Amino acid sequence: MPDKDWPVERKKGKPVAFRGGGFAPKPLGIIGPLVFIALITIWEWGSQAGWISPLVLPAPSEAFTAFKELAVSGNLGKHVGASLLRLVVGWTCGTVLGLIVGVSIGLFSLARAGLVPLVSAIFPIPKIALLPLFIIWFGIGEGSKIATILFGTFFPTVIAVYGGVDNVDRTLIRMGQSFGLSWTSIVRKIILPGALPAMLSGSRISISIAIVLLVAAEMIGAEYGIGAYILLAGSLMATDQLIAGVAMLSILGLIIAWLIERAERYLLKWRT
Amino acid sequence: MDLSLSHVTHRYDGLEVIRDISLDIPHGQIVCIIGPSGCGKSTLLRITGGLEQPSEGAVLQIGEPPENSLNPLTYIFQDFALLPWRTVEGNVSLVLEDHDLDATRRNEIIDNVLGRTKLLDFKSVLPRQLSGGMKQRVAIARALAVNPAVLLMDEPLSALDSQTSELLIDDLAELWTREPFTACYVTHNLAEAVRLGHKVAVFSRRPGKIRELVDIDIPLQERTATHPALEEMRQHLWNLMREEALAADQELSHAG
Repeated sequence: MPDKDWPVERKKGKPVAFRGGGFAPKPLGIIGPLVFIALITIWEWGSQAGWISPLVLPAPSEAFTAFKELAVSGNLGKHVGASLLRLVVGWTCGTVLGLIVGVSIGLFSLARAGLVPLVSAIFPIPKIALLPLFIIWFGIGEGSKIATILFGTFFPTVIAVYGGVDNVDRTLIRMGQSFGLSWTSIVRKIILPGALPAMLSGSRISISIAIVLLVAAEMIGAEYGIGAYILLAGSLMATDQLIAGVAMLSILGLIIAWLIERAERYLLKWRT
Repeated sequence: MDLSLSHVTHRYDGLEVIRDISLDIPHGQIVCIIGPSGCGKSTLLRITGGLEQPSEGAVLQIGEPPENSLNPLTYIFQDFALLPWRTVEGNVSLVLEDHDLDATRRNEIIDNVLGRTKLLDFKSVLPRQLSGGMKQRVAIARALAVNPAVLLMDEPLSALDSQTSELLIDDLAELWTREPFTACYVTHNLAEAVRLGHKVAVFSRRPGKIRELVDIDIPLQERTATHPALEEMRQHLWNLMREEALAADQELSHAG
């Protein structure tokens, strides 16, 4: 039923121009893979057409052939296995130690006063520069490689964890105290879950650092490992193998990033 | 169990925020503390519950808390203070886990308090899915779970919109009518104070002192937003507060 008091016909005038929107990037799942495919296609096409010299940059198909050869020779498993072992052991030890020290700095004044300057002093040193020292201390074998990764992941973890502990909502801690929760309960049930987001984003950074250091460490005195494979390919000017090795690292990084994202989605589903 | 504040004075770095407060919180009554912002009423509440130490004076506990009270002095916070990673049930359970209760007893308590606050259907919901009013109901349920002797409420409705807080006032009044509890209720909202307070202490601006202590004898269930005697009381309290609020508003901030 039309209301007589309400003007039904449209008044003259122009609509107010829309000027909101934007500044809210949306996930577009398809774009990422498309960029990869487009780049590799252009690269392959350029190599086939001849305007990318095989001396400068081998074609992706050549790199893939080198990768297949590696797989057939049975050395792929040895290289990847050796690298993964170093990565997992070094990163896990570095992260666990980093967690312990980071939480201590977050909770205890003495640890904070004593360790924060030390962390700040050692964190910026490139751990690669210390590699010769690590070889003297821990031997040319696995010890020095794992120690490099361990040191490299330890410091960023410490900084992320104590930052996370510092940022835990103080009202939640006060709430815990007001209900008479024990000190261990407050740490276990309020502080640690509260610092978890910072810990996970810290682990993203530390795992990337670990991969960089892994390759650097494997370039000295390693028989197997992706880094050793790349070094050998480089010294033989076998650029197709070099590209294959680099691609393996990149895929390794992608898989780990995906795993961390899954972990975040599962562990932090309480976040808004 | 009664609580008695005796000559409590508090200073932060030499700045006096509370001056010589003496106030009784008798068993089974709600004592409201009302005053302009920055008058130290929240500080007083923190002192009352032992979260802060007064510079002078003391808070005395008269009589023993009931034996089944797990946490005699229990807070309800303005910002709810719920753990975002725990469900409604988990948030209530948190305050019971440190006590020597078996799982069945714990679940009984959780179901009981969630029933009293009408939250049984939301047991396994995370706080982010709840509205502000529901979050505060969870916080009230959590406080009731430890069977407190005195509830210390720090502006519990200030973070909520006015319709929601109106509903929660009714809920609190109903909770009290069914099972009277002792409470110290800090607020800057006069309407809340006259609806829930058996006693209303009006604070002056900083340094906070009690300007007047008013008793309201009307039973809680008879109080409505339009009750004439209450309206008169509200007007009286507002006249007391008005000049304090005005002066407090014009003071430069010394905080921080």
